[in-house]
Amino acid sequence: MYDAMMAETIRFTGHGGDPIEGYLARPLGPGPYGSVVVIHHMPGYDAETKEITRTFAVHGYLALCPNLYYRDAPGASPDDAAAAARAQGGVPDPRLVGDVGGAAAYLRAMPVSNGKAGVIGYCSGGRQSFLAAASLPLDAAVDCYGAFIVGTPPEGLPLKVGPIVHLAQDLSCPLLGLFGNDDQHPSPDQVAELDKALTEAGKDHEFHSYDGAGHAFFAVNRPAYRPEAAMDGWQKIWDFYGRHLAG
Amino acid sequence: MCTYLTEKLDVEGSGKGAAGWFTLSQATVYLDHPQHAPAEHTLNIDFLNPQQGPSARVAVELTAQSARALAAAIESALASAPPGLV
Repeated sequence: MYDAMMAETIRFTGHGGDPIEGYLARPLGPGPYGSVVVIHHMPGYDAETKEITRTFAVHGYLALCPNLYYRDAPGASPDDAAAAARAQGGVPDPRLVGDVGGAAAYLRAMPVSNGKAGVIGYCSGGRQSFLAAASLPLDAAVDCYGAFIVGTPPEGLPLKVGPIVHLAQDLSCPLLGLFGNDDQHPSPDQVAELDKALTEAGKDHEFHSYDGAGHAFFAVNRPAYRPEAAMDGWQKIWDFYGRHLAG
Repeated sequence: MCTYLTEKLDVEGSGKGAAGWFTLSQATVYLDHPQHAPAEHTLNIDFLNPQQGPSARVAVELTAQSARALAAAIESALASAPPGLV
């Protein structure tokens, strides 16, 4: 089987027509391929998220990770950019939707695209994945332990984000949720509340919560990494995207 | 996402970053996931000069125990200075 792929930094059009940076990974076969927009976690557009983006290409998807902090810190290293974005209150929700929408449009316009586009996000990106799926026409969404879909951030938090569970009724596509039972943001109770809201709204969703795992269990370079949960989580992602995006 | 209280303060002094010394104007202190330290959460301090861009930053990520020891050491050093020096 032909398995060549390539990955590179590109420019594409994001929110408000702004040219922003993104990391594109794609198989080099004839396609057609489904697409995935990868939303990085709060620590930024880093090496590990780029590796995740390449993993989607290895598995036969066109994948694009927008640098959500590009406007805050063009050219800065990912950690400096994350600190700057954090100090400014994080990524505004409308800008996130515009950037994800631009990334999905870029991927869908590629000649080898099958026209389907999904989204996945980790940490703060989990909330943003849900937000994107409720705001844009997408084909599949994955929320990996996104905090503050349900619940209000603690006082003193610099992030200017609020709960968005009321958007459940607007979800445009099936949602896969992957959570850790030891996580507090989101807590198991908050995951249950989101599950209930989606059920009441009649939205197709499947949630998996792992014992012995907390926040960021997919993060291979952090002590939070939980191999069993992460490996099973990846299988759930391949199965879910296989049904909704592939081919 | 698991970020909690953030303290932001104006500071005067200098810091040495990746491009050499620069004038500091601001510091932020917060508990959050670290970029590099092998811990779930750390007490992070950024010494900054936002006018020089996001790369004008000196960052440290300390365990809570280390951060408390540092705070005590700073207070101790200042307290032991001869009268009139600080």
